[in-house]
Amino acid sequence: MPTARAADGASAWRRTTRAQDLLRWFAWLLLAALFVFSWNVMTKDTIWAFVRDAPAQAADIGGRMMPPRWSYIVQLSRPLWDTLSIATLGTLLAILLAVPVAFLAARNTTPSVMFVRPVALLIIVATRSINSLIWALLLVTVLGPGVLAGIIAIGLRSIGFVGKLLYEAIEEIDHAQVEAVVATGAAPAQVIDYAIVPQILPAFAGISVFRWDINIRESSVVGLVGAGGIGLNLEASLNTLAWSQVSLILLAILGTVLFSEWVSAKVRHAII
Amino acid sequence: MSIAAYPDTWRRPPFIASATWRWAIYLGALAYLVVAAGAVDINWARLAEGVARAGRLFVGFLSPNFTARWSDIALGMEESLTMTVTSTVVGILVSLPVGVGAARNLAPLPVYLVCRAIVALSRSFQEVIVAILFVAMVGFGPLAGFLTLSFATVGFMAKLLAEDIEDIDPAQAEAIRSTGASWLQLVNYAVLPQVMPRLIGLCLYRVDINFRESAVVGIVGAGGIGATLNTALDRYEYDSAAAILIIIIVIVMAAEYASSFVRKGIG
Repeated sequence: MPTARAADGASAWRRTTRAQDLLRWFAWLLLAALFVFSWNVMTKDTIWAFVRDAPAQAADIGGRMMPPRWSYIVQLSRPLWDTLSIATLGTLLAILLAVPVAFLAARNTTPSVMFVRPVALLIIVATRSINSLIWALLLVTVLGPGVLAGIIAIGLRSIGFVGKLLYEAIEEIDHAQVEAVVATGAAPAQVIDYAIVPQILPAFAGISVFRWDINIRESSVVGLVGAGGIGLNLEASLNTLAWSQVSLILLAILGTVLFSEWVSAKVRHAII
Repeated sequence: MSIAAYPDTWRRPPFIASATWRWAIYLGALAYLVVAAGAVDINWARLAEGVARAGRLFVGFLSPNFTARWSDIALGMEESLTMTVTSTVVGILVSLPVGVGAARNLAPLPVYLVCRAIVALSRSFQEVIVAILFVAMVGFGPLAGFLTLSFATVGFMAKLLAEDIEDIDPAQAEAIRSTGASWLQLVNYAVLPQVMPRLIGLCLYRVDINFRESAVVGIVGAGGIGATLNTALDRYEYDSAAAILIIIIVIVMAAEYASSFVRKGIG
Protein backbone atom coordinates (compact mmCIF):
# COMPACT_ATOMS: atom_id res chain seq x y z
CA MET A 1 0.00 0.00 0.00
CA PRO A 2 1.46 3.37 -0.98
CA THR A 3 2.10 5.47 2.11
CA ALA A 4 3.56 8.86 2.92
CA ARG A 5 5.21 10.22 6.04
CA ALA A 6 2.93 12.66 7.79
CA ALA A 7 4.34 15.61 9.78
CA ASP A 8 4.21 13.66 13.06
CA GLY A 9 6.19 10.77 11.58
CA ALA A 10 3.30 8.32 11.27
CA SER A 11 2.68 6.82 7.84
CA ALA A 12 -0.52 7.83 6.10
CA TRP A 13 -2.35 6.33 3.15
CA ARG A 14 -1.85 7.78 -0.35
CA ARG A 15 -3.51 6.82 -3.60
CA THR A 16 -0.30 6.50 -5.59
CA THR A 17 3.34 5.57 -4.96
CA ARG A 18 6.17 8.05 -5.46
CA ALA A 19 7.25 6.31 -8.70
CA GLN A 20 3.70 6.46 -10.07
CA ASP A 21 3.58 10.16 -9.23
CA LEU A 22 6.79 10.84 -11.13
CA LEU A 23 5.64 8.83 -14.11
CA ARG A 24 2.37 10.73 -14.22
CA TRP A 25 4.03 14.10 -13.99
CA PHE A 26 6.38 13.12 -16.77
CA ALA A 27 3.47 12.03 -18.99
CA TRP A 28 1.65 15.31 -18.33
CA LEU A 29 4.82 17.24 -19.09
CA LEU A 30 5.18 15.41 -22.41
CA LEU A 31 1.57 16.14 -23.28
CA ALA A 32 1.98 19.82 -22.42
CA ALA A 33 5.13 20.04 -24.53
CA LEU A 34 3.37 18.35 -27.44
CA PHE A 35 0.49 20.78 -27.08
CA VAL A 36 2.72 23.87 -27.07
CA PHE A 37 4.71 22.57 -30.02
CA SER A 38 1.51 21.81 -32.01
CA TRP A 39 0.05 25.18 -31.10
CA ASN A 40 3.13 27.00 -32.35
CA VAL A 41 3.27 25.07 -35.60
CA MET A 42 -0.46 25.51 -36.16
CA THR A 43 -0.57 29.25 -35.55
CA LYS A 44 2.65 30.22 -37.34
CA ASP A 45 0.65 31.64 -40.27
CA THR A 46 -2.27 32.99 -38.26
CA ILE A 47 -3.05 36.65 -38.82
CA TRP A 48 -3.75 37.78 -35.25
CA ALA A 49 -5.29 41.06 -36.38
CA PHE A 50 -8.20 39.03 -37.81
CA VAL A 51 -8.49 37.06 -34.58
CA ARG A 52 -8.56 40.20 -32.41
CA ASP A 53 -11.27 41.43 -34.73
CA ALA A 54 -13.33 38.24 -34.18
CA PRO A 55 -15.78 39.57 -31.55
CA ALA A 56 -16.61 42.54 -33.77
CA GLN A 57 -16.99 40.19 -36.75
CA ALA A 58 -19.22 37.88 -34.74
CA ALA A 59 -21.40 40.78 -33.65
CA ASP A 60 -21.59 42.01 -37.22
CA ILE A 61 -22.61 38.61 -38.61
CA GLY A 62 -25.04 38.13 -35.74
CA GLY A 63 -26.60 41.47 -36.58
CA ARG A 64 -26.98 40.52 -40.23
CA MET A 65 -28.48 37.14 -39.30
CA MET A 66 -31.28 38.77 -37.30
CA PRO A 67 -34.09 38.64 -38.11
CA PRO A 68 -34.12 35.47 -40.23
CA ARG A 69 -35.77 35.93 -43.62
CA TRP A 70 -38.85 33.85 -42.80
CA SER A 71 -40.32 34.04 -46.33
CA TYR A 72 -37.35 31.96 -47.53
CA ILE A 73 -38.82 28.92 -45.76
CA VAL A 74 -41.05 28.26 -48.80
CA GLN A 75 -37.98 27.59 -50.92
CA LEU A 76 -36.49 25.41 -48.17
CA SER A 77 -39.24 22.79 -48.01
CA ARG A 78 -37.96 20.80 -51.00
CA PRO A 79 -34.28 20.81 -49.87
CA LEU A 80 -35.38 19.76 -46.38
CA TRP A 81 -37.32 16.83 -47.85
CA ASP A 82 -34.26 15.95 -49.96
CA THR A 83 -32.08 16.06 -46.84
CA LEU A 84 -34.40 13.61 -45.09
CA SER A 85 -34.43 11.38 -48.18
CA ILE A 86 -30.64 11.38 -48.42
CA ALA A 87 -30.37 10.35 -44.77
CA THR A 88 -33.07 7.66 -44.96
CA LEU A 89 -32.14 6.13 -48.32
CA GLY A 90 -28.45 6.40 -47.44
CA THR A 91 -29.06 4.52 -44.20
CA LEU A 92 -31.05 1.85 -46.08
CA LEU A 93 -28.22 1.45 -48.59
CA ALA A 94 -25.74 1.18 -45.73
CA ILE A 95 -27.84 -1.50 -44.03
CA LEU A 96 -28.14 -3.53 -47.24
CA LEU A 97 -24.36 -3.45 -47.71
CA ALA A 98 -23.37 -3.71 -44.04
CA VAL A 99 -25.41 -6.80 -43.08
CA PRO A 100 -23.48 -9.25 -45.29
CA VAL A 101 -20.19 -7.59 -44.32
CA ALA A 102 -21.08 -7.96 -40.63
CA PHE A 103 -21.84 -11.67 -41.04
CA LEU A 104 -18.55 -12.14 -42.88
CA ALA A 105 -16.67 -10.22 -40.16
CA ALA A 106 -18.16 -11.94 -37.10
CA ARG A 107 -15.85 -14.66 -35.81
CA ASN A 108 -18.72 -17.13 -35.32
CA THR A 109 -20.41 -16.74 -38.72
CA THR A 110 -17.55 -15.98 -41.12
CA PRO A 111 -16.77 -18.71 -43.67
CA SER A 112 -13.03 -18.26 -43.08
CA VAL A 113 -11.34 -16.54 -40.15
CA MET A 114 -8.06 -16.56 -42.06
CA PHE A 115 -9.11 -15.08 -45.40
CA VAL A 116 -12.64 -13.60 -45.43
CA ARG A 117 -12.66 -11.96 -41.99
CA PRO A 118 -9.66 -9.64 -42.55
CA VAL A 119 -11.19 -8.43 -45.85
CA ALA A 120 -14.51 -7.68 -44.15
CA LEU A 121 -12.74 -5.88 -41.30
CA LEU A 122 -10.73 -3.85 -43.82
CA ILE A 123 -13.97 -2.78 -45.55
CA ILE A 124 -15.38 -1.73 -42.17
CA VAL A 125 -12.31 0.31 -41.19
CA ALA A 126 -11.73 1.88 -44.62
CA THR A 127 -15.33 3.08 -45.06
CA ARG A 128 -15.38 4.42 -41.52
CA SER A 129 -12.16 6.39 -41.81
CA ILE A 130 -13.33 8.45 -44.79
CA ASN A 131 -15.76 11.18 -43.82
CA SER A 132 -19.07 11.36 -45.68
CA LEU A 133 -18.15 14.80 -47.01
CA ILE A 134 -15.04 13.33 -48.66
CA TRP A 135 -17.10 10.47 -50.06
CA ALA A 136 -19.50 13.11 -51.39
CA LEU A 137 -16.59 15.02 -52.94
CA LEU A 138 -15.43 11.89 -54.76
CA LEU A 139 -18.92 10.85 -55.82
CA VAL A 140 -19.83 14.29 -57.12
CA THR A 141 -16.76 14.02 -59.34
CA VAL A 142 -17.93 10.67 -60.61
CA LEU A 143 -21.74 10.90 -60.65
CA GLY A 144 -22.19 14.63 -61.02
CA PRO A 145 -23.94 16.86 -58.51
CA GLY A 146 -27.26 15.70 -57.11
CA VAL A 147 -29.10 13.74 -54.47
CA LEU A 148 -27.79 10.39 -55.74
CA ALA A 149 -24.19 11.28 -54.88
CA GLY A 150 -25.34 12.28 -51.39
CA ILE A 151 -27.23 9.05 -50.82
CA ILE A 152 -24.30 6.89 -51.88
CA ALA A 153 -21.84 9.00 -49.87
CA ILE A 154 -23.94 8.63 -46.70
CA GLY A 155 -24.44 4.94 -47.45
CA LEU A 156 -20.76 4.17 -47.93
CA ARG A 157 -19.72 6.13 -44.84
CA SER A 158 -22.27 4.28 -42.71
CA ILE A 159 -21.23 0.75 -43.74
CA GLY A 160 -18.35 0.76 -41.30
CA PHE A 161 -20.43 2.06 -38.39
CA VAL A 162 -23.37 -0.32 -38.88
CA GLY A 163 -21.08 -3.21 -39.81
CA LYS A 164 -18.84 -2.81 -36.76
CA LEU A 165 -21.65 -2.59 -34.19
CA LEU A 166 -23.59 -5.39 -35.88
CA TYR A 167 -20.70 -7.85 -36.04
CA GLU A 168 -19.96 -7.18 -32.38
CA ALA A 169 -23.62 -7.98 -31.64
CA ILE A 170 -23.37 -11.19 -33.67
CA GLU A 171 -20.24 -12.25 -31.77
CA GLU A 172 -22.05 -11.77 -28.46
CA ILE A 173 -25.05 -14.03 -29.18
CA ASP A 174 -26.01 -16.96 -26.99
CA HIS A 175 -24.49 -20.02 -28.65
CA ALA A 176 -26.92 -22.50 -27.04
CA GLN A 177 -29.74 -21.29 -29.29
CA VAL A 178 -27.63 -21.84 -32.38
CA GLU A 179 -26.81 -25.36 -31.24
CA ALA A 180 -30.49 -26.08 -30.60
CA VAL A 181 -31.46 -25.03 -34.12
CA VAL A 182 -28.54 -26.93 -35.67
CA ALA A 183 -29.68 -30.04 -33.75
CA THR A 184 -33.03 -29.96 -35.59
CA GLY A 185 -31.12 -30.48 -38.84
CA ALA A 186 -31.44 -26.90 -40.09
CA ALA A 187 -29.46 -25.73 -43.10
CA PRO A 188 -26.87 -22.94 -42.53
CA ALA A 189 -29.26 -20.30 -43.93
CA GLN A 190 -32.00 -21.57 -41.58
CA VAL A 191 -29.58 -21.40 -38.64
CA ILE A 192 -28.95 -17.73 -39.41
CA ASP A 193 -32.67 -17.10 -39.91
CA TYR A 194 -33.96 -18.86 -36.79
CA ALA A 195 -31.06 -18.79 -34.32
CA ILE A 196 -28.98 -15.68 -35.03
CA VAL A 197 -31.33 -13.09 -36.54
CA PRO A 198 -33.88 -13.13 -33.69
CA GLN A 199 -31.06 -12.55 -31.21
CA ILE A 200 -29.56 -9.56 -32.99
CA LEU A 201 -32.79 -7.97 -34.24
CA PRO A 202 -33.20 -5.52 -31.33
CA ALA A 203 -29.55 -4.44 -31.55
CA PHE A 204 -29.91 -4.15 -35.31
CA ALA A 205 -32.97 -1.91 -35.08
CA GLY A 206 -31.28 0.26 -32.46
CA ILE A 207 -28.10 0.62 -34.54
CA SER A 208 -30.08 1.50 -37.68
CA VAL A 209 -32.10 4.23 -36.01
CA PHE A 210 -29.01 5.58 -34.26
CA ARG A 211 -27.15 5.81 -37.56
CA TRP A 212 -30.18 7.40 -39.24
CA ASP A 213 -30.12 10.07 -36.55
CA ILE A 214 -26.41 10.75 -37.21
CA ASN A 215 -27.01 10.72 -40.96
CA ILE A 216 -29.57 13.53 -40.72
CA ARG A 217 -26.76 15.74 -39.41
CA GLU A 218 -24.36 14.54 -42.09
CA SER A 219 -26.83 14.93 -44.94
CA SER A 220 -27.34 18.57 -44.00
CA VAL A 221 -23.77 19.33 -45.13
CA VAL A 222 -23.11 17.05 -48.11
CA GLY A 223 -24.80 19.75 -50.20
CA LEU A 224 -21.81 22.03 -49.55
CA VAL A 225 -19.87 20.03 -52.11
CA GLY A 226 -22.86 19.64 -54.43
CA ALA A 227 -24.41 16.38 -53.24
CA GLY A 228 -27.97 17.67 -52.73
CA GLY A 229 -30.10 18.62 -49.74
CA ILE A 230 -30.23 21.78 -47.69
CA GLY A 231 -26.45 22.18 -47.85
CA LEU A 232 -26.86 23.45 -51.43
CA ASN A 233 -28.96 26.37 -50.19
CA LEU A 234 -26.51 26.99 -47.37
CA GLU A 235 -23.65 27.17 -49.86
CA ALA A 236 -25.62 29.50 -52.15
CA SER A 237 -26.64 31.79 -49.27
CA LEU A 238 -23.08 31.91 -47.92
CA ASN A 239 -21.67 32.77 -51.32
CA THR A 240 -24.08 35.68 -51.67
CA LEU A 241 -23.49 36.71 -48.03
CA ALA A 242 -27.24 36.38 -47.41
CA TRP A 243 -26.80 35.93 -43.65
CA SER A 244 -30.51 36.32 -42.93
CA GLN A 245 -31.09 33.21 -45.08
CA VAL A 246 -28.15 31.41 -43.43
CA SER A 247 -29.72 31.89 -40.01
CA LEU A 248 -33.05 30.50 -41.24
CA ILE A 249 -31.27 27.48 -42.76
CA LEU A 250 -29.42 26.89 -39.47
CA LEU A 251 -32.73 27.05 -37.61
CA ALA A 252 -34.27 24.58 -40.09
CA ILE A 253 -31.33 22.19 -39.61
CA LEU A 254 -31.61 22.54 -35.83
CA GLY A 255 -35.33 21.71 -36.02
CA THR A 256 -34.70 18.65 -38.20
CA VAL A 257 -31.92 17.41 -35.93
CA LEU A 258 -34.06 17.80 -32.81
CA PHE A 259 -36.93 15.99 -34.58
CA SER A 260 -34.71 13.09 -35.63
CA GLU A 261 -33.20 12.86 -32.16
CA TRP A 262 -36.69 12.69 -30.68
CA VAL A 263 -37.78 9.98 -33.16
CA SER A 264 -34.62 7.97 -32.55
CA ALA A 265 -34.95 8.22 -28.77
CA LYS A 266 -38.62 7.13 -28.99
CA VAL A 267 -37.86 4.16 -31.23
CA ARG A 268 -34.88 3.00 -29.21
CA HIS A 269 -36.91 3.35 -26.03
CA ALA A 270 -39.70 1.22 -27.57
CA ILE A 271 -37.22 -1.50 -28.56
CA ILE A 272 -35.25 -1.74 -25.33
CA MET B 1 -60.96 -27.95 -30.02
CA SER B 2 -61.00 -31.06 -32.14
CA ILE B 3 -57.77 -32.88 -32.93
CA ALA B 4 -57.95 -31.98 -36.64
CA ALA B 5 -58.15 -28.27 -35.95
CA TYR B 6 -55.20 -28.28 -33.58
CA PRO B 7 -52.22 -26.57 -35.25
CA ASP B 8 -49.41 -29.00 -35.98
CA THR B 9 -46.94 -26.54 -37.47
CA TRP B 10 -45.14 -23.71 -35.70
CA ARG B 11 -44.77 -20.23 -37.09
CA ARG B 12 -42.61 -17.73 -35.33
CA PRO B 13 -44.38 -14.67 -33.97
CA PRO B 14 -43.99 -11.57 -36.15
CA PHE B 15 -41.72 -8.71 -35.05
CA ILE B 16 -44.68 -6.37 -34.67
CA ALA B 17 -47.47 -8.17 -32.86
CA SER B 18 -50.54 -6.22 -34.02
CA ALA B 19 -51.50 -7.15 -37.60
CA THR B 20 -53.07 -3.75 -38.32
CA TRP B 21 -49.98 -1.88 -37.16
CA ARG B 22 -47.74 -4.31 -38.99
CA TRP B 23 -49.41 -3.77 -42.34
CA ALA B 24 -49.79 -0.03 -41.78
CA ILE B 25 -46.06 0.27 -41.09
CA TYR B 26 -45.11 -1.92 -44.06
CA LEU B 27 -47.39 -0.01 -46.46
CA GLY B 28 -46.27 3.34 -45.05
CA ALA B 29 -42.62 2.40 -45.47
CA LEU B 30 -43.27 1.22 -49.03
CA ALA B 31 -45.14 4.42 -49.93
CA TYR B 32 -42.36 6.52 -48.42
CA LEU B 33 -39.72 4.63 -50.38
CA VAL B 34 -41.58 5.19 -53.66
CA VAL B 35 -41.96 8.92 -52.98
CA ALA B 36 -38.38 9.35 -51.74
CA ALA B 37 -36.90 7.39 -54.63
CA GLY B 38 -38.91 9.64 -56.94
CA ALA B 39 -36.93 12.61 -55.60
CA VAL B 40 -33.70 11.08 -56.93
CA ASP B 41 -33.32 12.51 -60.40
CA ILE B 42 -30.64 10.60 -62.26
CA ASN B 43 -28.93 12.31 -65.17
CA TRP B 44 -27.95 9.32 -67.30
CA ALA B 45 -25.81 11.32 -69.73
CA ARG B 46 -23.75 12.73 -66.84
CA LEU B 47 -23.58 9.27 -65.33
CA ALA B 48 -22.15 7.81 -68.53
CA GLU B 49 -19.54 10.55 -68.51
CA GLY B 50 -18.78 9.71 -64.90
CA VAL B 51 -17.87 6.10 -65.69
CA ALA B 52 -14.69 7.27 -67.42
CA ARG B 53 -13.86 9.48 -64.43
CA ALA B 54 -14.50 6.60 -62.04
CA GLY B 55 -12.04 4.61 -64.10
CA ARG B 56 -9.41 7.34 -63.80
CA LEU B 57 -10.06 7.64 -60.07
CA PHE B 58 -9.58 3.88 -59.77
CA VAL B 59 -6.36 4.01 -61.79
CA GLY B 60 -5.25 6.86 -59.52
CA PHE B 61 -5.79 4.60 -56.53
CA LEU B 62 -3.70 1.85 -58.09
CA SER B 63 -0.84 4.30 -58.73
CA PRO B 64 -1.08 7.01 -56.06
CA ASN B 65 1.27 9.93 -56.61
CA PHE B 66 2.82 11.07 -53.33
CA THR B 67 5.55 13.23 -54.85
CA ALA B 68 3.89 15.67 -57.28
CA ARG B 69 2.11 17.68 -54.58
CA TRP B 70 4.22 16.58 -51.63
CA SER B 71 4.79 20.08 -50.19
CA ASP B 72 1.01 20.76 -50.25
CA ILE B 73 0.26 17.36 -48.73
CA ALA B 74 2.91 17.83 -46.03
CA LEU B 75 1.54 21.25 -45.10
CA GLY B 76 -2.03 19.91 -45.02
CA MET B 77 -1.05 16.96 -42.85
CA GLU B 78 0.94 19.23 -40.53
CA GLU B 79 -2.13 21.43 -40.07
CA SER B 80 -4.44 18.45 -39.59
CA LEU B 81 -2.22 16.76 -37.02
CA THR B 82 -1.46 19.89 -34.97
CA MET B 83 -5.14 20.83 -35.10
CA THR B 84 -6.05 17.37 -33.81
CA VAL B 85 -3.66 17.59 -30.84
CA THR B 86 -4.51 21.13 -29.75
CA SER B 87 -8.27 20.85 -30.21
CA THR B 88 -8.42 17.53 -28.35
CA VAL B 89 -6.47 18.92 -25.39
CA VAL B 90 -8.42 22.18 -25.16
CA GLY B 91 -11.75 20.50 -25.89
CA ILE B 92 -11.25 17.92 -23.14
CA LEU B 93 -10.07 20.53 -20.62
CA VAL B 94 -13.21 22.57 -21.23
CA SER B 95 -15.46 19.53 -21.32
CA LEU B 96 -14.42 18.32 -17.84
CA PRO B 97 -16.18 21.10 -15.86
CA VAL B 98 -19.09 21.09 -18.33
CA GLY B 99 -19.42 17.32 -18.02
CA VAL B 100 -19.35 17.43 -14.21
CA GLY B 101 -21.90 20.24 -14.33
CA ALA B 102 -24.14 18.24 -16.64
CA ALA B 103 -24.30 15.29 -14.23
CA ARG B 104 -27.45 15.55 -12.14
CA ASN B 105 -25.96 13.72 -9.13
CA LEU B 106 -23.13 16.25 -8.71
CA ALA B 107 -24.48 19.60 -9.88
CA PRO B 108 -27.36 21.77 -8.64
CA LEU B 109 -30.24 22.29 -11.07
CA PRO B 110 -29.29 25.73 -12.54
CA VAL B 111 -25.72 24.60 -13.30
CA TYR B 112 -27.10 21.36 -14.71
CA LEU B 113 -29.43 23.17 -17.10
CA VAL B 114 -26.74 25.58 -18.33
CA CYS B 115 -24.28 22.75 -18.95
CA ARG B 116 -26.90 20.62 -20.71
CA ALA B 117 -27.72 23.60 -22.96
CA ILE B 118 -24.03 23.94 -23.89
CA VAL B 119 -23.91 20.22 -24.72
CA ALA B 120 -27.08 20.38 -26.84
CA LEU B 121 -25.85 23.45 -28.74
CA SER B 122 -22.49 21.89 -29.49
CA ARG B 123 -23.96 18.58 -30.65
CA SER B 124 -26.71 19.91 -32.90
CA PHE B 125 -24.54 21.22 -35.70
CA GLN B 126 -22.24 19.25 -37.91
CA GLU B 127 -18.57 20.30 -37.58
CA VAL B 128 -18.45 21.76 -41.07
CA ILE B 129 -21.27 24.21 -40.37
CA VAL B 130 -19.55 25.37 -37.19
CA ALA B 131 -16.34 25.70 -39.20
CA ILE B 132 -18.06 28.04 -41.67
CA LEU B 133 -19.02 30.37 -38.85
CA PHE B 134 -15.55 30.30 -37.26
CA VAL B 135 -13.90 30.97 -40.62
CA ALA B 136 -16.15 34.01 -41.00
CA MET B 137 -15.00 35.20 -37.56
CA VAL B 138 -11.24 34.52 -37.38
CA GLY B 139 -10.38 34.18 -41.06
CA PHE B 140 -9.11 31.23 -43.10
CA GLY B 141 -6.58 28.82 -41.65
CA PRO B 142 -6.14 26.08 -39.06
CA LEU B 143 -7.10 28.33 -36.13
CA ALA B 144 -10.73 28.23 -37.32
CA GLY B 145 -10.45 24.43 -37.57
CA PHE B 146 -8.99 24.26 -34.07
CA LEU B 147 -11.89 26.30 -32.66
CA THR B 148 -14.41 24.13 -34.51
CA LEU B 149 -13.00 20.83 -33.31
CA SER B 150 -12.60 22.10 -29.73
CA PHE B 151 -16.23 23.20 -29.74
CA ALA B 152 -17.40 19.83 -31.08
CA THR B 153 -15.20 17.96 -28.58
CA VAL B 154 -16.81 19.79 -25.66
CA GLY B 155 -20.31 18.59 -26.57
CA PHE B 156 -19.24 15.01 -27.24
CA MET B 157 -17.03 14.52 -24.19
CA ALA B 158 -19.24 16.42 -21.76
CA LYS B 159 -22.32 14.40 -22.73
CA LEU B 160 -20.63 11.02 -22.38
CA LEU B 161 -18.78 12.05 -19.21
CA ALA B 162 -22.01 13.29 -17.62
CA GLU B 163 -23.76 10.01 -18.47
CA ASP B 164 -20.85 8.09 -16.95
CA ILE B 165 -20.91 10.15 -13.77
CA GLU B 166 -24.66 9.64 -13.44
CA ASP B 167 -24.09 5.87 -13.73
CA ILE B 168 -21.48 5.56 -10.97
CA ASP B 169 -21.97 3.29 -8.00
CA PRO B 170 -23.55 5.61 -5.39
CA ALA B 171 -22.32 3.43 -2.51
CA GLN B 172 -18.74 4.55 -3.06
CA ALA B 173 -19.75 8.20 -3.20
CA GLU B 174 -21.73 7.67 0.01
CA ALA B 175 -18.71 6.11 1.71
CA ILE B 176 -16.44 9.02 0.80
CA ARG B 177 -19.08 11.55 1.80
CA SER B 178 -19.50 9.91 5.21
CA THR B 179 -15.81 10.54 5.93
CA GLY B 180 -16.61 14.25 5.82
CA ALA B 181 -15.03 14.86 2.43
CA SER B 182 -15.56 18.16 0.64
CA TRP B 183 -17.17 18.30 -2.80
CA LEU B 184 -13.77 18.40 -4.53
CA GLN B 185 -12.54 15.44 -2.48
CA LEU B 186 -15.74 13.60 -3.36
CA VAL B 187 -15.06 14.13 -7.07
CA ASN B 188 -11.40 13.20 -6.70
CA TYR B 189 -11.77 10.05 -4.58
CA ALA B 190 -15.24 8.68 -5.40
CA VAL B 191 -16.15 9.81 -8.92
CA LEU B 192 -12.84 10.09 -10.73
CA PRO B 193 -11.57 6.53 -10.07
CA GLN B 194 -14.89 5.13 -11.31
CA VAL B 195 -15.08 7.09 -14.56
CA MET B 196 -11.34 7.31 -15.32
CA PRO B 197 -10.88 4.12 -17.42
CA ARG B 198 -13.78 4.98 -19.70
CA LEU B 199 -12.77 8.63 -19.78
CA ILE B 200 -9.31 7.75 -21.10
CA GLY B 201 -10.91 5.49 -23.70
CA LEU B 202 -13.21 8.31 -24.78
CA CYS B 203 -10.32 10.77 -25.02
CA LEU B 204 -8.46 8.41 -27.34
CA TYR B 205 -11.61 7.86 -29.38
CA ARG B 206 -12.03 11.62 -29.68
CA VAL B 207 -8.44 11.98 -30.99
CA ASP B 208 -9.54 9.62 -33.73
CA ILE B 209 -12.69 11.57 -34.53
CA ASN B 210 -10.91 14.92 -34.44
CA PHE B 211 -8.35 13.72 -36.95
CA ARG B 212 -11.09 12.45 -39.27
CA GLU B 213 -12.98 15.73 -38.97
CA SER B 214 -9.82 17.78 -39.43
CA ALA B 215 -9.69 16.21 -42.88
CA VAL B 216 -12.98 17.81 -43.88
CA VAL B 217 -13.11 21.25 -42.24
CA GLY B 218 -10.54 22.28 -44.85
CA ILE B 219 -13.25 22.08 -47.51
CA VAL B 220 -14.76 25.29 -46.11
CA GLY B 221 -11.38 26.93 -45.54
CA ALA B 222 -10.59 25.97 -41.96
CA GLY B 223 -7.19 24.45 -42.72
CA GLY B 224 -5.98 20.89 -42.80
CA ILE B 225 -5.62 18.14 -45.38
CA GLY B 226 -9.20 18.60 -46.66
CA ALA B 227 -8.27 21.77 -48.53
CA THR B 228 -5.43 19.94 -50.28
CA LEU B 229 -7.76 17.09 -51.20
CA ASN B 230 -10.40 19.46 -52.52
CA THR B 231 -7.82 21.26 -54.67
CA ALA B 232 -6.45 17.98 -56.01
CA LEU B 233 -9.95 16.85 -57.05
CA ASP B 234 -10.72 20.25 -58.59
CA ARG B 235 -7.56 20.00 -60.70
CA TYR B 236 -8.50 16.43 -61.76
CA GLU B 237 -5.27 15.19 -60.13
CA TYR B 238 -6.75 11.88 -59.06
CA ASP B 239 -3.38 10.28 -58.34
CA SER B 240 -2.56 12.98 -55.77
CA ALA B 241 -6.09 12.74 -54.34
CA ALA B 242 -5.65 8.98 -54.00
CA ALA B 243 -2.35 9.52 -52.19
CA ILE B 244 -4.06 11.87 -49.70
CA LEU B 245 -6.90 9.43 -49.10
CA ILE B 246 -4.46 6.58 -48.53
CA ILE B 247 -2.53 8.69 -45.99
CA ILE B 248 -5.79 9.53 -44.17
CA ILE B 249 -6.88 5.88 -44.05
CA VAL B 250 -3.47 4.71 -42.82
CA ILE B 251 -3.33 7.33 -40.05
CA VAL B 252 -6.89 6.60 -38.92
CA MET B 253 -6.20 2.87 -38.86
CA ALA B 254 -2.97 3.43 -36.93
CA ALA B 255 -4.76 5.67 -34.43
CA GLU B 256 -7.54 3.14 -34.03
CA TYR B 257 -5.09 0.30 -33.51
CA ALA B 258 -3.05 2.33 -31.00
CA SER B 259 -6.12 3.40 -29.05
CA SER B 260 -7.53 -0.14 -28.85
CA PHE B 261 -4.10 -1.26 -27.63
CA VAL B 262 -4.05 1.40 -24.90
CA ARG B 263 -7.67 0.69 -23.94
CA LYS B 264 -6.88 -3.01 -23.54
CA GLY B 265 -4.00 -2.01 -21.26
CA ILE B 266 -6.34 0.07 -19.08
CA GLY B 267 -9.31 -2.29 -19.00
